[in-house]
Parts: sequence; structure tokens; C-alpha cells
Amino acid sequence: MHDNVIEIGQFLDRESEGEGSLITALENIQSRFHYLPPEALIMASEKLGVPLSQAYAVATFYQAFSLKPRGRHSVCVCMGTACHVRGSAHVLNRLETELGVKSGETTRDRFFSLNTVNCLGACALGPIILADNEYSGHMTPQKADMLIRRIQRNEERKL
Amino acid sequence: MTRLDFPEDIFLLEEFQDEEFDSRYPCITICGGTGCRVNGSEGVAEAFRNELKEKGLQANVNFELKVTGCHGFCEQGPLVVIRPQRIMYTQVSVKDVPEIVGKTIIEGQIVDRLLYRNPQSNEKIEHEYEVPFYKFQHRVVLDLNGLIDPLEIDEYISAGGYEAVEKVLTEMTTSQVIDTLMESGLRGRGGAGFPTAVKWGLCQKQPGDKKYIICNADEGDPGAYMDRSIMEGNPHRVLEGMIIGAYAIGAQKGYVYIRNEYPLAVKHLRQAIEQAEEYGYLGKNILNSGFDLTVSIKLGSGAFVCGEETALIASIEGRIGEPRPRPPYPAESGLWGKPTNINNVKTWACVPIIINRGAEWFASVGTQSSKGTMIFSLVGNVCNTGLVEVPMGISLRELIFEIGGGIPNNKAFKAAQIGGPSGGCIPAEHLDVKIDYESLKSLGAIMGSGGLVIADEDVCMVDFARYFMAFTQQESCGKCVPCRVGTYAMLKTLEDICDGRGKPGDIEYLIELGEEIKKSSLCGLGQTAPNPILSTIQYFRDEYEAHIFKKTCPAKVCKGLITYSVDQEKCTGCMVCARNCAAEAINGEKNKPHIINPELCTRCGMCASVCKFEAILVT
Repeated sequence: MHDNVIEIGQFLDRESEGEGSLITALENIQSRFHYLPPEALIMASEKLGVPLSQAYAVATFYQAFSLKPRGRHSVCVCMGTACHVRGSAHVLNRLETELGVKSGETTRDRFFSLNTVNCLGACALGPIILADNEYSGHMTPQKADMLIRRIQRNEERKL
Repeated sequence: MTRLDFPEDIFLLEEFQDEEFDSRYPCITICGGTGCRVNGSEGVAEAFRNELKEKGLQANVNFELKVTGCHGFCEQGPLVVIRPQRIMYTQVSVKDVPEIVGKTIIEGQIVDRLLYRNPQSNEKIEHEYEVPFYKFQHRVVLDLNGLIDPLEIDEYISAGGYEAVEKVLTEMTTSQVIDTLMESGLRGRGGAGFPTAVKWGLCQKQPGDKKYIICNADEGDPGAYMDRSIMEGNPHRVLEGMIIGAYAIGAQKGYVYIRNEYPLAVKHLRQAIEQAEEYGYLGKNILNSGFDLTVSIKLGSGAFVCGEETALIASIEGRIGEPRPRPPYPAESGLWGKPTNINNVKTWACVPIIINRGAEWFASVGTQSSKGTMIFSLVGNVCNTGLVEVPMGISLRELIFEIGGGIPNNKAFKAAQIGGPSGGCIPAEHLDVKIDYESLKSLGAIMGSGGLVIADEDVCMVDFARYFMAFTQQESCGKCVPCRVGTYAMLKTLEDICDGRGKPGDIEYLIELGEEIKKSSLCGLGQTAPNPILSTIQYFRDEYEAHIFKKTCPAKVCKGLITYSVDQEKCTGCMVCARNCAAEAINGEKNKPHIINPELCTRCGMCASVCKFEAILVT
């Protein structure tokens, strides 16, 4: 945990705009740790001169932030309108059943985090899934299953 | 490259590059937009590089290779266009590359099998400009998207880029710039359609020497992605518009507030800012005019309400994205209490075009009250999905059936949802409506940011309304009561109707509540949130009534009102559905018709999607 504190401090030292840097700093910390550890909010509040309540408000208001640790792999289903009319609800439904978690949750083994996003802006290829920064288009419940298996297989191969 | 201090330097550079740009050899342009990248265009570009090298061809001697911004026809990606003839190849994969190089680049012949096939006439089309999707478009803002490499400022300059900045800084006063915009009739492309020149003029007149400009690139409207494509494909034009705007208003600092979910657009914009600084289009004493401007990027963190200008300002200031009452307008008191001008990406991108081609030219395109072109993202259940740019005043029918190629799988058109969660649904009887700000408003929809989602007969309009209400309810910031409580109450009622618990009087309740929320909410989010519900009730009331009184979902979508069963005649007993059913609700022996247990069935639709014999019935 001590290393984290040092790293968070480094992220915060880079910012110079005080309150105006709060969101940028938290974004950087979130993308490094995939969540905001409690230290991040306390240190951001001290170093940037904002009340802790404001740091907490920001961290819980915006969708990009999470206060809970995320899984190793992120699976994000686009729920935009174009994806909706092409059946993204079926895709999400299937993933929820397959992984045994609801959207916004992480599997107990911290392997997958399942999330939804309002629109990824690749509407022509809907339904879209963004898995670990890789887009997959024209999804069906069946293809979503295959995607999950592929991520699992790749991980097993690494071990 | 050194900094350009005098306009004459640019002329030299342009002349030098105009010659280079003149293609006497084939130029291979590969679409590098997010859509085509999903389909593998990066691999295709790499394969071209290797293949050309292997064949001993030299860049800028025998050919030119460019990865450009989004071409718009995302459905057919990866797209490869060979210039100057503009031969268009669709769905190109890595293994097609040797054939394209061998046949088209070296021998000058066409690879027939990669051409676009018109689904209506079945004929193959050789050239990009003959494809119906492009033929009826009028590309003004998106014109350079498929032509230039967005990562190279020189390419933008050689295509006439930054000429408008140069003209404005050397020949025009700030008032002349605003007058030119006024004559052009440009209205804000972010949705509300407020005259841009009026907004700028208001900000210009404010006292004080510290002012800000902001580019609103928080394209949160689900189903719209034109802002992303402009920033990915031609980021310099947005910057050029911002420089002109900052000069007219007297701002020295600009921000681009861009969505976190658009990594490629952020990357391209970042590089564009660096290059513009290097060339001296941004920074101190721009083109020796004494005018300074710096532009920074602020990443949005996923909140739809931040598209509202006062909420966006709060977010840049480091607070949660809550809007505040207006007046004072941002033009009077905006970012950190200073006069601030906010415009949408498309609005900024229109500015250099108006300066270059003249206000009169711009005003000649479009209708009496809505000038210029509008970019729509034509998506959903339509054959040719992608980005289209058309003159204002085109009819919805032309847009959907000529450019869009109609509805796929021989299904019937049901509605066009225009304007996103703030917009409304336009039914078949109004297909001939002319698209401009006022006509759409009179039908209960709005132009919005240009999201145009087509729904076919299989879309349930009540579920569609519920979908939008779930979205706005989730995105409501919670500050004002009408929006926070009202959208929740509307959502619960819609969920009840979809789940079969609808009661008589629900429709009237939704209308009454919706009208109240529109009147009493603080910001645009709440004031428009009931639109999708009110417009679907207006045009599809029978569907609501079927859900409430007959407890049926005519489109067979709402889970609470449908059951899945197996057609005993068609079922071959192949067991595919049983193997794929996550709820283990399907039983039966091999080669014998199966049965679905309605108690266990979660209505996920998996069985229907895997059945090859159309034996799954939904009733």
C-alpha cells in the first residue's frame, strides 16, 4: 500500500490548477489502479486544497470512477440507442447469466468486471462490446459467450 | 519545421505542398476511424505497407498511402479508396491486399469482388461517388475526412487549412468576423439551434480582458458519433474554428471538453494542438498579430448532463456536473466567473468554412431559417448505417430510403428517433417532413446533435420510451426535484406497463407528469426528458393501450408479456437450443421436438438466436 501512496502523490504533484485539476488527477489515478483507493481521495483533497466531501462527491458522481477494486478484465456492453434497437439487452442479459453478476459488479474471483456504457460512438457496428480496450462489433448472445471464453483461455495460457 | 511568423511563410508552404498533393500516382486511402478499426483496418494498412515494399514500390514515387479519418460508411468497413479515380473497396481484409496492389496499383485494373454491391439493384459500383450512400450527400464539414491524414498538419494546410485564420487575423476586425457569421445564418449545432453570431456578440461585448472559449465535445447522446469522427478525422478544422472564435470574442484560453470514451479522438486532438503550437497557430503572438491563444484538453468522466453548458463549466472547474439557473448566461459569467463562449464541435468546424467560402455561399445551402448542412449518424435498423452530411431541408424519406437504402431484411419502417434522449419519434406518416429546426419541433422531435436511430417493426415503442427514460433518469444529476423525482415516477410507470402491470389512467398520468417536468425542470436535460415518451404516446398510443388493456406486446419485445415455445412441427431435435440455454429451461431428447419450461425461462432470446430452423415461437 505504501507504494500506492507514493504513486498517487506523484500523480497529484503533476497537477497545478488546484480545484480545476481534481477531475484530471482522479482520472489518471483511476486509469492506473482501475479504482480510486481511499488514500487517493484523502490525498487529492489535501494536495489540491478541496474539501474531502467534494473529492468524494466527484468520485461518486461521474461514471468513470469506482471506489471498489475492479476485476482483472473489464467487459463493457454498449447500451446506446443504436445498440439497443439491435438487441444489446439480450447480450447483456446473457453475460449477466454467464458471469453470475449484474452490470456494475465484479465476479467473486475478481476475474471479470461487467459494466455498461451509454454509447461508444461506433453505432454502425452495434451491438458493441468493449473488452479490455478491444472493440467487438455485431455481438449476439452467442458471440458474447465466445468472447468470454477467449479471454479465459488466453489467461490460462499465460499461467 | 519552424514557426510561421508571417502570412507570407504560409503561402510558400502552401505552394510547395500543393504540388506535392497533386496526385500523379495512385493514392491509397484507408479509413482509420473507430468503426473501421473495429473491423481491422489497422491490420489492412500494415499489410499494404508490407506488400508495397515487397513489390519494390516506393512511397511518393509510385504511390501514396494514407490512413485517414472516418469515411462515414462504417457498415461496409474497412474501407479502402484508391485515388484519384476514387475506386472504392469494401470490407477489405488483410488477405485481399496483395490482389489490390497487384491488380489495381500496378496494372490499373479493378478487383471486382471487393466492389460495393447495391443491395436494391444488385449491381456493383466502382466509384465512391456513385454509391447511393455518398451520391446524395453534400459533404462540407466532412469533406476532408477521407482525404487527409489527420495526424499531419501539413496535409490540412495543403488542402487549404488555416487560410481562414490567416484571413481573419490579417484582414478582418472582430466585429467583421461576427457580422460574417450573422450573415451566414449559422445556428448552434449542439441541439438547441441558437444563432452563433448572437452568442459570440454577447460575449464580445462583455467587459474584462479575461475570457474563455470552450469546445463542447462531450457527445453523450447515445446513437450519435459525428463529433468523434470530426475530431478523429480533421481535428485541425475544429482548432481553426476555435482560433477564429477566440479572436472575435477576445479570449486567450480555450478548452476542449471531450469524452473519456473516445480515446482515438483525444489522441488526434492532442497531436493537432501540439502541431498547431509548433507552427505558431496557437501560442503567443499568432501570425504576428499580437493575438495569443492556448488550448487545453479536459476529459469528461462519463456524465451525460455535462453536455449542458453550465454543468460542463462546473466540471472543468473540478466540481460535480450540476447545472445552475440561467441568467447569468456563460457569455456574462461562465468559467471561473469570466465571460465564456461554448460551442459544439460541428459549430466550430463550420466557422473556417464560412470564412473561406463566404457567408453568402453558406446561407445559400439549406432552408429559410436553417442554413448550411447537418451531419446525421444514421444508425439502427437501416441498410446503410454511417455518417451522412446533407443540406438542411432534405426530407426524412430521402435520408432513410435513398441514402440509407431502406430497412434491412424486408421489414417495415416504424419510426425514426431523432435528437436522442431529448428528441422524439417520427412515424411513417410524417416521413416527408423537411429536416430543419422548426419542422422537427412541430412534430415533437428536435434536431438535437443529429442522432438518427431507425426503428423497424420489431421495435416496441413502449420499451423504446422506457429505454430513454431509464437513460435520462440515470443521468439526471439530482439537483432539481422535477427532474430527479419526476423522471423516476415516469420510469416506474413505464416499467409497470412493460411488465404487464399497467393500469387504466397510466397514459394520462404520463402525459400530465411529462408536461409538468418540461415546464419546471432547471436545465435542458429535464426540460426535454419527457419528449421520447410524449411523442411515442402521440403517434403510437395503440401500442401503449395493447400493453395496458390487452396485456400484449405487439412487437413481442416486453419480457413480462411474452412467452417462448417450440414449434413442434419445425423442431428437428438438434439440441442446439438446449445446450445454449443458460437457464436450463429446455428439455427434450435428440431428434425429438423440444419443450421450453416457462417457469424456468428467463426470455433471454438465446434459443431463438441459435435455432437454425426458426422453430422458436414468441407469443
